[in-house]
Amino acid sequence: MTIQAEPGKGRRKSPLTSIAISTFKTTGTILVTMLGLLFVTFIIGRVMPIDPVISIVGERASKETYEAAYQAMGLDKPIIIQFFYYIWDILHGDFGQSLLNARPVAEDIRRVFPATLELATLGTFIGVLIGVPLGVLAAVRRGSWIDQIARFVALIGYSMPIFWLGLVGLLIFYGILGWVGGPGRVGIFYVDVVPSVTGMILVDSLLDGNWTVFKDAMSHIILPASLLGYYSLAYISRMTRSFMLEQMNAEYITTARVKGLSEWTVIWRHAFGNIKVQLITVIALSYAGLLEGSVLTEIIFAWPGIGSYITTALLSADMNAVLGGTVVVGLVFVCLNVFSDLLYKFFDPRAK
Amino acid sequence: MSLLNTPQGNQPRWRSWLLTDTPTSRNHARVASLYQGWLSFRGNSMAMFGLIILVLLVLIAIFAPLIAPHDPFVQDLANRLKPLATDGHMLGTDSLGRDILSRLIYGARITLYIVILVALIAPVAGLFVGTVAGYVGGWVDTILMRITDIFLAFPRLVLALAFVAALGAGIENAVIAISLTAWPPYARIARAETLTIRNSDYISAVKLQGAGPFRIITRHIWPLCISSLIVRVTLDMAGIILAAAGLGFLGLGAQPPSPEWGAMISEGRKFILDYWWVATLPGLAIFLVSLAFNLLGDGLRDVLDPKDDGS
Repeated sequence: MTIQAEPGKGRRKSPLTSIAISTFKTTGTILVTMLGLLFVTFIIGRVMPIDPVISIVGERASKETYEAAYQAMGLDKPIIIQFFYYIWDILHGDFGQSLLNARPVAEDIRRVFPATLELATLGTFIGVLIGVPLGVLAAVRRGSWIDQIARFVALIGYSMPIFWLGLVGLLIFYGILGWVGGPGRVGIFYVDVVPSVTGMILVDSLLDGNWTVFKDAMSHIILPASLLGYYSLAYISRMTRSFMLEQMNAEYITTARVKGLSEWTVIWRHAFGNIKVQLITVIALSYAGLLEGSVLTEIIFAWPGIGSYITTALLSADMNAVLGGTVVVGLVFVCLNVFSDLLYKFFDPRAK
Repeated sequence: MSLLNTPQGNQPRWRSWLLTDTPTSRNHARVASLYQGWLSFRGNSMAMFGLIILVLLVLIAIFAPLIAPHDPFVQDLANRLKPLATDGHMLGTDSLGRDILSRLIYGARITLYIVILVALIAPVAGLFVGTVAGYVGGWVDTILMRITDIFLAFPRLVLALAFVAALGAGIENAVIAISLTAWPPYARIARAETLTIRNSDYISAVKLQGAGPFRIITRHIWPLCISSLIVRVTLDMAGIILAAAGLGFLGLGAQPPSPEWGAMISEGRKFILDYWWVATLPGLAIFLVSLAFNLLGDGLRDVLDPKDDGS
């Protein structure tokens, strides 16, 4: 109350300090969460396997190799020291070496991550483009056929195994109809045609101005991206619908209608304007979900992203690669979560 | 609701006994509220559909040896990859000549096994962590909730993958991995419920009678957390089935020749373009069961948790 009574100085200062405090708190939360994340992967990699050395060097390693690895991993030291070594390495971007190709895991991840990013981004784009209008319409025409369709679409999305839908999609659109490109990122003739700048073929081919490659890459990505898009659509449309329902029942909507505003303005300017922030957080969460959910999709479509990387490493017991991939996906996941949280706090005055 | 208002004279006695507004004993009240919940649940045709599918699934799993036309493990290479509606093989055969229908029927057992184990482990662990955190409070609460947050921040499938990588592939390890990633939401719910309960008068009354924290938590707080947990578990079941099938598909869950549905899809994947039914039929089974859980969960939420109408 006192703050409102004296305009100017005091009023401006207090939100800034509160922002500073909340930023400080959030930073603390992020640090603790990330530390916990590293701790869990550390446990998985070093403590859970009966012999972590064998899980790195393999069963047929010679005695010298075994000893060298044992020393290099610092297993003769206490666990807590080992954990500090582990964090130290990761802070320096060192995830160890891959057992499969003897390259640093960090380098591999840098190579495969753009492929996943490309897929998840396009998927989210499709999900937003269809999911948001569908959710808004379902809320506005509550109980109508479009609401039923939206409900049905979401229900199927929650119940369908994504890898199965991918297989069926490949069977129909690639095998029978031949409308889209098959598995992989580009056709075999276009591999390495455009110089890799961002690692995302769609962007690279545009930068290079090579339309043939762009088209081919598009025909390969469209099916897996639509698939992921469908899953984010199911989530986004449901959330949009419930946010919109909340707004449409509010009194200011009645006021707007009484003023004689067109239904379009009432829905899109007034009601939709008020759910934007909530919606962005939902989209950020679904984006994070897709980065992870693409594991199975990548396998089906032979997409060389981080999901395929982790799974291949897993099947050949390449523990460093598995943990490195897990840490990177986990960090991205945490960052997106925090980002959506922050966004909410900064733009929605009610959250304060 | 109209059922409740019909004149009592027209109904059999057990019915009016069940629908009474003035129960005569504690058990009477319990049975009556169960029955009235069932009546409102029965009115939801989609939820009933889900329930029927799940009851069928349980029956199929129990009586698998009687229903299945063939042994799910017997190979018959002369009759491999037979199409649908072949004589003696209604849903065709797979790449080793095994009857797909029989494998699907036996696969129901594995699905139920996973579902039951996860449903026993994850919510109980979550309930324990959540109620202890909520009741004890202070630094115990802070530490337990931080741990919960860390697990929540992890991408679930990737974490499950890493766990299976460390523990080794197999159905039990898949169950452990899924449970380890599934408990945090239950802990959150249980904690929230505990916080609303712990300062209520009846807890103070129990305390005055000399009950210790253990008794209060297990006898007076747990029962009140159960209904919201049941709803959440049912809604999560679809996701758990999909995760288990995904692990099976990746070759990290149930191992061949086990007729696990996800593993069956993975086996049929190589032939998808020429022999589509081998991979698609198990997928339909997975879809049907997780759909049933979703429908049932929606219905249960309407009955047990009237605050949120699910729309």
